[in-house]
Amino acid sequence: MLAPVSWIREHADLPTDLGPEELAARLTALGLKLEALHSPGSEITGPLVVGRVLTREPEPQKNGKTINWCTVDVGEANGTGEPQGIVCGAHNFDVDDLVVVVLPGGVLPGGFAISARKTYGHVSAGMICSAAELGLGDDHDGIIVLPHDAGTPGDDARPLLGLDETTIEMEINPDRAYALSIRGVAREAATSYGVAFRDPCERSVPAADDAGYPVVVEDPAGCPVFVARTVSGFDAGASTPDWMARRLQQAGMRSISLAVDVTNYVMLETGRPIHGYDADKLTGTVGVRRAREGERLTTLDGADRALSTEDLVVTDDSGVIGLGGVMGGEATEMSETTTRVLVESAHWDPVSMFRTGRRHRITSEAGKRNERGVDPTICEAAADRVVELLVAHGGATAEPGVTVVGTPPAPSAIEIDADLPARVTGMEIPAAVTADHLRTVGCAVEQDGEVLTVTPPPWRPDVTDPYDLVEEVARLVGYDQVPSVLPTPTGGRGLTRVQRLRRRVGRTLAGHGLVEVLSFPFVGEAALDRLGLPADDERRRLLRLANPLSAEEPFMTSTLLPGLLGQLARNAGRGATSAALFETATVTRPEPGGGTAVPIFGVDSRPTPEQVAALDAALPDQPEHLALVAAGERERAGWWGAGRAVTWADAVDAVRAVAEVLHVPLVVQPAAVAPWHPGRCAALHVATADGQPGDLLGHAGELHPRVCAAHGVPTRSVAAEVDLALLMAHAPERVPAPSFSDLPQAKEDVALVVEDSVPAADVEAALRDGAGDLLESVRLFDVYTGAQVGEGRKSLAFALRFRAPDRTLTDEETAAARDAAVAVAAERVGAVQR
Amino acid sequence: MSGPNTDFDPVEVTDVKPEAVDAAREAALAAIAGAADLEQLKQVRLAHAGDRSPLALANREIGALPPAARKDAGQRVGRARGEVNQALAARQAELEVEHEERMLVEETVDVTLPTDRTPRGSRHPITLMSEHIADLFVGMGWEVAEGPVVEAEWLNFDALNLGPDHPARTMQDTFWAEPAEHHVVLRTHTSPVQARSMLTREPPIYVICPGRVFRTDEYDATHSPMFHQVEGLVVDRGITMAHLKGTLDHVAEQLFGEGISTRFRPSYFPFTEPSAEVDLRCFVCRGTEPAVASCRTCKGEGWIEWGGCGVVNPRVLTACGVDSEVYTGFAFGMGIDRAFMFHSGAASMRDFFEGDVRYSSAFGTEL
Repeated sequence: MLAPVSWIREHADLPTDLGPEELAARLTALGLKLEALHSPGSEITGPLVVGRVLTREPEPQKNGKTINWCTVDVGEANGTGEPQGIVCGAHNFDVDDLVVVVLPGGVLPGGFAISARKTYGHVSAGMICSAAELGLGDDHDGIIVLPHDAGTPGDDARPLLGLDETTIEMEINPDRAYALSIRGVAREAATSYGVAFRDPCERSVPAADDAGYPVVVEDPAGCPVFVARTVSGFDAGASTPDWMARRLQQAGMRSISLAVDVTNYVMLETGRPIHGYDADKLTGTVGVRRAREGERLTTLDGADRALSTEDLVVTDDSGVIGLGGVMGGEATEMSETTTRVLVESAHWDPVSMFRTGRRHRITSEAGKRNERGVDPTICEAAADRVVELLVAHGGATAEPGVTVVGTPPAPSAIEIDADLPARVTGMEIPAAVTADHLRTVGCAVEQDGEVLTVTPPPWRPDVTDPYDLVEEVARLVGYDQVPSVLPTPTGGRGLTRVQRLRRRVGRTLAGHGLVEVLSFPFVGEAALDRLGLPADDERRRLLRLANPLSAEEPFMTSTLLPGLLGQLARNAGRGATSAALFETATVTRPEPGGGTAVPIFGVDSRPTPEQVAALDAALPDQPEHLALVAAGERERAGWWGAGRAVTWADAVDAVRAVAEVLHVPLVVQPAAVAPWHPGRCAALHVATADGQPGDLLGHAGELHPRVCAAHGVPTRSVAAEVDLALLMAHAPERVPAPSFSDLPQAKEDVALVVEDSVPAADVEAALRDGAGDLLESVRLFDVYTGAQVGEGRKSLAFALRFRAPDRTLTDEETAAARDAAVAVAAERVGAVQR
Repeated sequence: MSGPNTDFDPVEVTDVKPEAVDAAREAALAAIAGAADLEQLKQVRLAHAGDRSPLALANREIGALPPAARKDAGQRVGRARGEVNQALAARQAELEVEHEERMLVEETVDVTLPTDRTPRGSRHPITLMSEHIADLFVGMGWEVAEGPVVEAEWLNFDALNLGPDHPARTMQDTFWAEPAEHHVVLRTHTSPVQARSMLTREPPIYVICPGRVFRTDEYDATHSPMFHQVEGLVVDRGITMAHLKGTLDHVAEQLFGEGISTRFRPSYFPFTEPSAEVDLRCFVCRGTEPAVASCRTCKGEGWIEWGGCGVVNPRVLTACGVDSEVYTGFAFGMGIDRAFMFHSGAASMRDFFEGDVRYSSAFGTEL
C-alpha cells in the first residue's frame, strides 16, 4: 500500500511537525510495516519553476524531427526577468500555456544536470519538463501543461507537482485489509497519536428508494450488499484534476480517464472497490448470480474466459457482463463516448473472490481488497463519493434514485476473559486497559465482571477469535513492552539416536577426507539417462512436481548421484580435478503405480493415530541416503613420491568406515549395477548374525566410463550410494565392552590359489568358517597373479591369527585349525594351498 | 663368585698381589678413558671387565689364598673392579649422550616441507550451523524433531490454520506434487513438523524443527528454491509471549554475540496469534550512533529482519489435539542459511548449493 502523507493528513489531524519517518515508524510498530519512503522531489535540486510560453516556433530539422524554439517567461527565477530561450521536442502545448521549467544549474532524477547548451542552432537555456523526467511516472507523451490558474511564472513548481510530498509504502499483511485504504491508515495514525480522525465514509447519503436502476441479487450469500447509482450528462472528455492524477500516481496507479480514475480514487480512499458501467450499454435489469454451465465472458483485459459455476457474475438481460468483484466485462466498459455511468458499489463474499481470482489467474487491486474483506457498511458512502466526484469534475448530473439491495452482515460478538491479553502476552494489562484499547480499534465493548463482550467494527472482518483481540490489545500496548523471560522446560532427552549417528557419519566422512555438499533434489529423466539406468530400474520411479522451476527437471530425485556428479564436474571445471564429495539427504521413492491420495482431515479436532498413520503411509517413501563421489588423486604427489589415484576401493572403504563407526558388519559382494563399472561394483549388505548377506544397503565402486564421460567428470571417478536410514537402523543400541585374552597369539600365514572369478570375500568366509573358535582374526594381505599360479588363477595370502582364552596354543593345535580352515576353503571355493 | 678354580695352580697367586691389581686397574681405567665410541668401549669392557680380564682372573684366585690373606686380597680386587665398573658406566653414559647427539644432528630434516599428502575433509557450514543451533536448544532442555520433506498438504497448510481458501496460502509459492488430488506438497516451512510433534507428543512440548524447505523462488544471491529453516514450538501450561521473547533473546545472544537483542513488530501468520516479526539488533553497528547511519548490514536501521514468531493460534492447537483451555504455546521460525550468513558474513546463498570444495573446506568440521 502506497499512502501519500498529505492524503493521510487529510483525514487525521496529525501534529504538523510530525515527519514522515516518525509516522512510518509508528505505523510499523502497529503492524503496518514500512517498506520504503518515496519522495521523488528529493532527487531534484536547483531551480524548478513555473513558466509561461511566450513564443513557440516549430523548426523542421534535417533528421525529419520538428523541434520548437520557445521563449518562456520564468519571472525573476532566472535573475534577469528576461524571457528564457528553450528548445523543446514536445508538441502538446501552445503559447500562453503554463509549463514546468528546470533552469541551468538544476539536477533532475538520475543525476541529470541541466546547463545552457547549444542545440539545433540555438542556445537552449534549460528544459521544459515531462512527468517522466521529474520521476513522476512513466508518461513520456509530452511535457507537463499546468492548469492556467496553477501559479505565476517564476513560482517554485515543486508544491504544484506534489514533489515536496512523501509517500509511505507499507507491506500490509493479509489480515489487515482495512489498511489497504487511506481510511484505514489514517484511522491507525489518528488513534495512535490520539488526534481527530475524519472518516471519508462518514457522509450523509441519499436514502435508498425504488427509483434507482433495477438490480436483482439472486445470491445474497455471495453478494450481501449491492448499491447502484447512476449519473448522466457525463463529459467523457473531461480530464482528471491534477491533484487526483497526482495522488493516483503516488499510490502507484496510472491515470486512465476521469471516470476510471474516480473509481480508483474512491477505492484507495475508502478501501471499497467500485465498478463503473457505461449505462447506455446495459440492457434491462442488472443481476447477480453464479455463472451457469458453459457461460463465457470477455473481461476488460480482453481475455475470453470460460466461467465456472462457482463464479459470481453480474448480468443484464444480455447475459453475463462482469466477474463480480474481480473484473468487469468488455462489452459494458466505460469509454470516451460514455455519458451515462452506472456506479456499482457491492460487497462480495471474500472466499468466492479468492477462488475466482485464482481460477482465472486475475490479480487486481479490486480483487486484492475484495478477497481479504472490505467494510460491508460503506457501499452507499463509497458510491455517493464516486457520484460526487463525477458530478464535480465530469459535469455529470446525479440521477435520482438509489438502489440498495441487501443489508451488510453484522460482525459477531466475541467473549473474552478480561485477563486473556495478560495471560497470553505476559504483559501486565489491566482489564480497563484492554477495554480501552479495544474501543480504540473500533470495537464495542461490554464488561460483565471478568468477561468482556466485544463486537469488532465492520472494517475488521479478520477479528473473529479471542486471540485476535489479544493481538489488537498487544500491539496497542506495544510489542516492545513484552518482557523477556526464559522458559524452563522439565528436561529433555537430548538428541535422538539417529541424530547422533548422523553426526557421527558426517564426521567420519570428513575425517576420511571427503567434503560435504548440499544439492537441489530436482532431477530430469536426462539425468537418469546419463547414469545409464535401465528402463526398469526402480530409481526411474519418480515423483513429478506440478509446477517445477525448470521443465527439464520436473521430478524429485530418487538418487543423490546426479547432484553430486554435477558438483564434481563443476569442481573439475573450476580446477579442482581431485575432489571427494559426500551428501546425506532424503530421496523420494514413490509407490509403483503412483500411490494413493493423502487424506485431508478436518481441523476441529485431531485426527486419530490411525488416520495419522494412514497419512504417513500414503506419502511417498523418503529414505535418507548417503552418497559420495571422488575423482583424481586420493593422495597427492609430493616430495614423498607419487600420488595415488582414487580407486573403486576408496569408495567401498568410505562406506565401510561409516559402517564401522556405526558398528554394523558388512558383507561385500560383486555386483553389476548402473552407474557403476560392471566389473568394479560392490554390493554392500548388512551382515546377518551368521555372516551372510542381509539387507542390501547400496553400491560402491568405480563409475562406468560412459557415465564419467556423460557427466564431464574425470575418468575412473568413483561413487557410492547407500540407504543411510537402513544402515543406521542396524546400528546396535550399545557396544558391549570387549574382553580378551592376554595369552600369546599364534600366527599362521597361508597362500591359497583360486580361480580369478572367486571373490576374496568368499575365500575369507570359508577360512573363517573352517578355522573354528580359536581363530581371532583373518586378513588378506596379498594378491598375486602371474605365471607361478597359472592363467586365470590368483593367489590370495591370508594372515590367520589364533588365540585361546585359557591356554597357550600348541603348534599342533594351531596347525590343525589352519588345516581345517584351508580344507573348508578347498571344499567351498576350490582353493589350493601353495 | 666365579666357579671352582681349576685352571691355575692354587699356590701361584701373583695376580692378586697389590702391584698386579693396581696395574690391571690402571690399565683398565686408561683404556676406558681412551674409548672413543660405544663400539670401542664394548671392546674395552670385554678386555678389562670381561670374564677373562686380569681383574676377573685375580678375583678367581682369591679362593686359592690362605684364609688369612683372603680378606685383604678380596677387598683389594673388589675395590679395583668396582672402580673399573663405575668408570665403564660413566663412560658408557657419556658416549651414549654423544652418540645420541650426533645421531639427532644427522637425522635432521626440513620440517617446513609440505605434509598435505591426504586431503582434509569437511562438513557443510549449513549442517554445522544447524547442529550448533540444535545444541543450543538441547542445552536448554529442548528436543529436535524431524519430518518428511515431501509432506501432506493437510499438515503443511490446513492443520496450521491455512485453510484451502486462505489468502496466505498463495503467499507460500508452493511446489505441488502430481497428481494434485493426492494432496502432496514440498513442505514450504518446517511447521508441519510442529504439527506432527503435537500429534505424537504430549505436552509439555519443547522442540525445534530444523530442515530443508522449498518455495518456487528463482535461484539468485538471496533466493533459492531450497533453503533451510529452523522452527521452534513450545506447548506448556502458562506459556506467554514473554517466554518467546526470552527464548529468542537468549538464542540471539548465543548465536551472534553478547548484547545482541531482539525486537518484535506486529505481523501476521495464520498459525500464530498474536504474531510478530522478530528483528535482530544489528551485530555490526549495534544500532549505535554514528555507526548505524552508514551501516550497510542493516541499511541504517539498526535492526535486521530475522524471522517470524508468535503465540500458537488456538485453532492450530485444536486441530492437533491440544486442549487450548489448558495449554498455550509459542512458535518461531527463522532461516538457518540467513543465520549462517549473519554469523560468518556469507554474501551469497548460491555458494551453499554449488558444491565447490573450497566453500565447505573453509569451515572444516566446526563453525
